[in-house]
Amino acid sequence: MFSKRVLTVSFEIILLIFVFLLIIWPMMSLFIWSVAETWYWPSTLPQKIGFDYWKQAVGMQKSLAIGAVSIVPAFFLSLMIAVIVVVISMLIAIPAGYALAKYRIPFGAFILFLFLMPNAFPQQPIFVNLLRIFTKFGLAGTIQGVILVHILVGLVFGVWITNATFKSIPPYMEEAARSVGASKLRAFFKITLPLAAPGLLASAVFVFITSLDEFTGTFFVGLPFVNTLPMTLYSSSGYNMQFASVIAIILLIPSILFMALIQRVLKAEYVGGMG
Amino acid sequence: MPSLRLVDIVKKYGKLKAIDNLNLLVEDGELLTLLGPSGCGKTTTLRAVTGFVTPDSGEIYIGDRKISDIPPEKRGIGLVFQNYALWPHMTVFQNLAFGLQLKKLSKHQIRKKVAEGLTIVKLEELETRFPRQLSGGQQQRVALARALVLEPDILLLDEPLSNLDALLREQMRFEIAQLHKQYGITTIYVTHDQTEAMVISDRIAVLDKGKLMQLGTPSEIYSRPANKFVAGFMGTTNFIRGRVQDISGDYTVVKTDDDLILRGRGIGLKKGQEVDVAIRPENIEFLSESQASTLPEALNIFDATVVRATYVGELIDYQLNLQHSLIRAKGDVRRKRAAGETVKIHIDPDQLSVLSN
Repeated sequence: MFSKRVLTVSFEIILLIFVFLLIIWPMMSLFIWSVAETWYWPSTLPQKIGFDYWKQAVGMQKSLAIGAVSIVPAFFLSLMIAVIVVVISMLIAIPAGYALAKYRIPFGAFILFLFLMPNAFPQQPIFVNLLRIFTKFGLAGTIQGVILVHILVGLVFGVWITNATFKSIPPYMEEAARSVGASKLRAFFKITLPLAAPGLLASAVFVFITSLDEFTGTFFVGLPFVNTLPMTLYSSSGYNMQFASVIAIILLIPSILFMALIQRVLKAEYVGGMG
Repeated sequence: MPSLRLVDIVKKYGKLKAIDNLNLLVEDGELLTLLGPSGCGKTTTLRAVTGFVTPDSGEIYIGDRKISDIPPEKRGIGLVFQNYALWPHMTVFQNLAFGLQLKKLSKHQIRKKVAEGLTIVKLEELETRFPRQLSGGQQQRVALARALVLEPDILLLDEPLSNLDALLREQMRFEIAQLHKQYGITTIYVTHDQTEAMVISDRIAVLDKGKLMQLGTPSEIYSRPANKFVAGFMGTTNFIRGRVQDISGDYTVVKTDDDLILRGRGIGLKKGQEVDVAIRPENIEFLSESQASTLPEALNIFDATVVRATYVGELIDYQLNLQHSLIRAKGDVRRKRAAGETVKIHIDPDQLSVLSN
């Protein structure tokens, strides 16, 4: 018993160290970089700490001496694109995921597989070709074009996760609703949808974060006219670690918030009763 | 309460006939059980009545109202599922109220009806609980109450007790039977458990491979099985092959392959026909020497050898050699017979069924 306990504890400690090294350490380093105004080798910590890069990035200060520009427009553009992408993707993913889960659809597995395609190949060749097509339709360099690309990339999470969610809800839940007088539509909205909510939210979050962080597609289709946050991160940060760290942290914030939200929702009371 | 009538129902899945031309009348206020092994078509039949399965042909009526063409939610049928199917995101109250809200009842009426429903199943205190906070038995009661508050014309119960432990199952059987007696709702009960069917039913419909094998009261089904399938399904049965030698009065005389002469009850048999004789273990009576000598020889008395005697508490389970047939019998624990012993056994001709092969 004793040795088993020691083993478990030491395993947990090793795991914690790993988590620390893999996740917390780089994030701390990011934070330190974002407030380092002067940091020369071989000093372990920055010689001068300050929030100049932060102020510059959020537009509170406009100094030409500091290599950072306001990222406020890029931030709101990214946010707007992500919200639109989530709404459109879920409008496609919920009916598609439901239909693929509940009905016998010819080539259902193949259709599911199709959604995976944009992520199953190296992205550069796909988007180079997409640029040609988008140029033909006048979508290159437009926000609509970028939204389309993000939907293309994000839909795999949308459809696959909603599909799995609807599959996990036993058919008798809806049948029970119909036996007490609910129409098919009402049974879906009152029973299936609330039961699926945690999964649907998780899928929406994945789509949201995918859109917020999307680089390759936006790079080919959107630049130079559509400048999202990841574009700004790559293009205007250059070798400026401080500015890059500020943008990286800002990009992390929505992800962390959403993960916390998922955690809360997935712990919600009724999920326990589904198993 | 109206009756439920199934007319010429056929449902095929590819080549497989899940329901093979089924005709059934569930009388007004009756509890009829669909009994059979898994895959016999009982669940498909139930789902055809609910409307979740569309039969290839045939019609279903509640009273004079034809329901086979209308969607499930308009049929006025209460349904209790094997897995209870309580909605996990709703409290007990909300589970019961959902159907009442769809009927557009006032808040006050809903409150009253839910309270009544919970009183029927003795769960008044649990309104605010979520299903996962209830035991299996309580969940089953809530499911029952959810169906009953809507005052359905017909109540369908799909193996409602199969997920409960043995003790609770036995208790719930009586409660369901009691509820049925009290409210007299026309009910179809689906199960694969013959004991459950015997306890609960007014009549039993035994199904196999989509066909109705026999329809009758529990005692008819048990003691007068119409065929080998029903006899075998309703409990342990010994079958001995033979041929009809004579038909005299109420009894059919059968000569077995081992040249034993047996008398029993048979219907519609002809001389010379190949038959199976069905004997239930509990109908084999052990005789003492003195008893044997007082009974006339012709009345199914035989010598048998004990092969094995197993003590199972309330009785002794015997395997006997009757000529070349190995048969099971049940004996009194107060007089145990050892293996190898020769015994005299008697089978009441009224308890012996002769079935066409």
